[in-house]
Amino acid sequence: MAEVFFRLAKSPLAMFGLAFILLLVFVAIFADVLAPYPFQKQNLMHSFETPSASFLLGTDEFGRDILSRLIYGARVSLQVGFIAVGIALVVGGMLGALSGYYGGWIDNAIMRVMDVLLSIPQTLLAIAIAAALGPGLFNLMIAVGISAVPTYARIVRGSVLSIRGMEFIEAAKAVGSSDTRIILRHIIPNSMAPIIVQSTLGVASAILNAAGLSFIGLGIQPPYPEWGAMLSGGRQYIRDYPHLTLYPGLAIMLTILALNFLGDGLRDALDPKLKR
Amino acid sequence: MTTDNKRDLLLDVQDLTIHYVTDNGTVHAVENLNLQLGHGETLGFVGETGAGKTTTALGIMRLIPSPPGVIKSGKIIFEGEDLLSMSEADMRGVRGGRIAMIFQDPMTSLNPVMTVDKQIAEMIKLHRNVGEAESLKLAGDMLELVGIRRERMKDYPHQFSGGMKQRVVIAIALACDPGLLIADEPTTALDVTIQAQVLELMKDLKRRFAASMILITHDLGIVADICDTVAIMYAGRVVEYADKRSLYSNPAHPYTVGLFNSVPDLDSDVEELNTIPGLMPDPMELPTGCTFHPRCLRAVPECSVSKPGMIEVEPGHFVACPHAGSKRGSGV
Repeated sequence: MAEVFFRLAKSPLAMFGLAFILLLVFVAIFADVLAPYPFQKQNLMHSFETPSASFLLGTDEFGRDILSRLIYGARVSLQVGFIAVGIALVVGGMLGALSGYYGGWIDNAIMRVMDVLLSIPQTLLAIAIAAALGPGLFNLMIAVGISAVPTYARIVRGSVLSIRGMEFIEAAKAVGSSDTRIILRHIIPNSMAPIIVQSTLGVASAILNAAGLSFIGLGIQPPYPEWGAMLSGGRQYIRDYPHLTLYPGLAIMLTILALNFLGDGLRDALDPKLKR
Repeated sequence: MTTDNKRDLLLDVQDLTIHYVTDNGTVHAVENLNLQLGHGETLGFVGETGAGKTTTALGIMRLIPSPPGVIKSGKIIFEGEDLLSMSEADMRGVRGGRIAMIFQDPMTSLNPVMTVDKQIAEMIKLHRNVGEAESLKLAGDMLELVGIRRERMKDYPHQFSGGMKQRVVIAIALACDPGLLIADEPTTALDVTIQAQVLELMKDLKRRFAASMILITHDLGIVADICDTVAIMYAGRVVEYADKRSLYSNPAHPYTVGLFNSVPDLDSDVEELNTIPGLMPDPMELPTGCTFHPRCLRAVPECSVSKPGMIEVEPGHFVACPHAGSKRGSGV
């Protein structure tokens, strides 16, 4: 592990990504201490204020401090992003690995179900699941996660298929490895590159998806702040008070950018062939 | 080839038939194959590409990809047990632990994202009751045994040269002291000088580990160097089976004679190298009777009618041809 980190450290972009994500995690954990105001505190005397010394990033239409809401919002966004992708990766990865490795009717059965799910737009699928489960943070993560399962199943299946035919898999069988061991020790580590890239991109799209669900009232309930909900809430004032949408938008963009840098760096650091 | 029952056999393959059933037809990869291998012996398995050598080897390991591969009939008796009636779980214990295999191409038979010590240790952990640290230590010992410095055990396969990778593959194969080693053209992917080193190493280690070996190759020179007995395979059948001395001094089957005649001779000055006329038959539509008769210069009409059985032309020297001459060079 230390070796992987050492290699990761050679890429400045990846280090920026990692630093930014760690900063966000830190902010999310210590939100109660760091936020200058409680996230739900309204102050109608100070609504729509531009950034100033007392409100560093300004205030929204109810006079709530945008910085404090962004800090609390990091909690939700990070949780949704990582846990939803975790769910999608574990479920989709397992299904994809099984269908790629065994092929035949198992492959057909799993992948046809995935095809059906893929034919429904991801957002619509998430809406349907969230509507069935009801609002709330946990249900939001499940809805976003499940709706992303088919994508991961496809990617993992594809890379498993390409690795399965290689001679070292046959060699692993010839030393007496069981199927489970071959999948976990030989196939998965060799197919990490596309999975890591897809996952980091996936965290980003999970955050966006969660934002969308919050916007239509199926995700995080007001007044709890969520970046996507803040963005859509500020939409109607964008002409006169752009700072309402600017800062949540920046937060989402920077997070996604950082995740992509980190993902690229990780992919290179985990590939022993690129070691110098 | 069923006489000589008194010999203490390690491996006894009886009437093994393996087909690949595809939509386009059935490929007769191996037909009624019989093989016997005693303790500590080395059997050379010679034949053209597509003769069914690798299929036989995979069949013994029970690693025929299925579908489309089917083992139609036969018995594979190894150390007194029939491998074909074993459960899959027991078979996993046999693979690697008691029968190990060396694959043709060392470039692709090692996992590219695992350090070599872990790959050797994996074999050891699967078949011996040892912990992580102990297995890694044993892996280092194995590397030193095949002539790779212990400091390199944390390296990845791409950091080794082809010959060294094949040494690592050999280290993995021998890590659990198997009774039988199946080497599938172990030197084909290597250049000639490295070939010699690797063969020397295999010969030496085989002796030290007291293992038997099946060496699949199409190089008669390698066979002469290493093997005790030789089986010549053509279109899924063994056409000649003999100890090395008897085969080299007295090849009997027209196909074997043809093979020997196509080995270039340094002393004679010829315009063109000798070849056997024609091509290997399509394994989906094998010729009737003797599968070699369309290419055989000694063929008579009845060759296309009846399948020849094995005839013992000398003690321990079997040939699947009723017209097998004992004079070298006659015919073909």
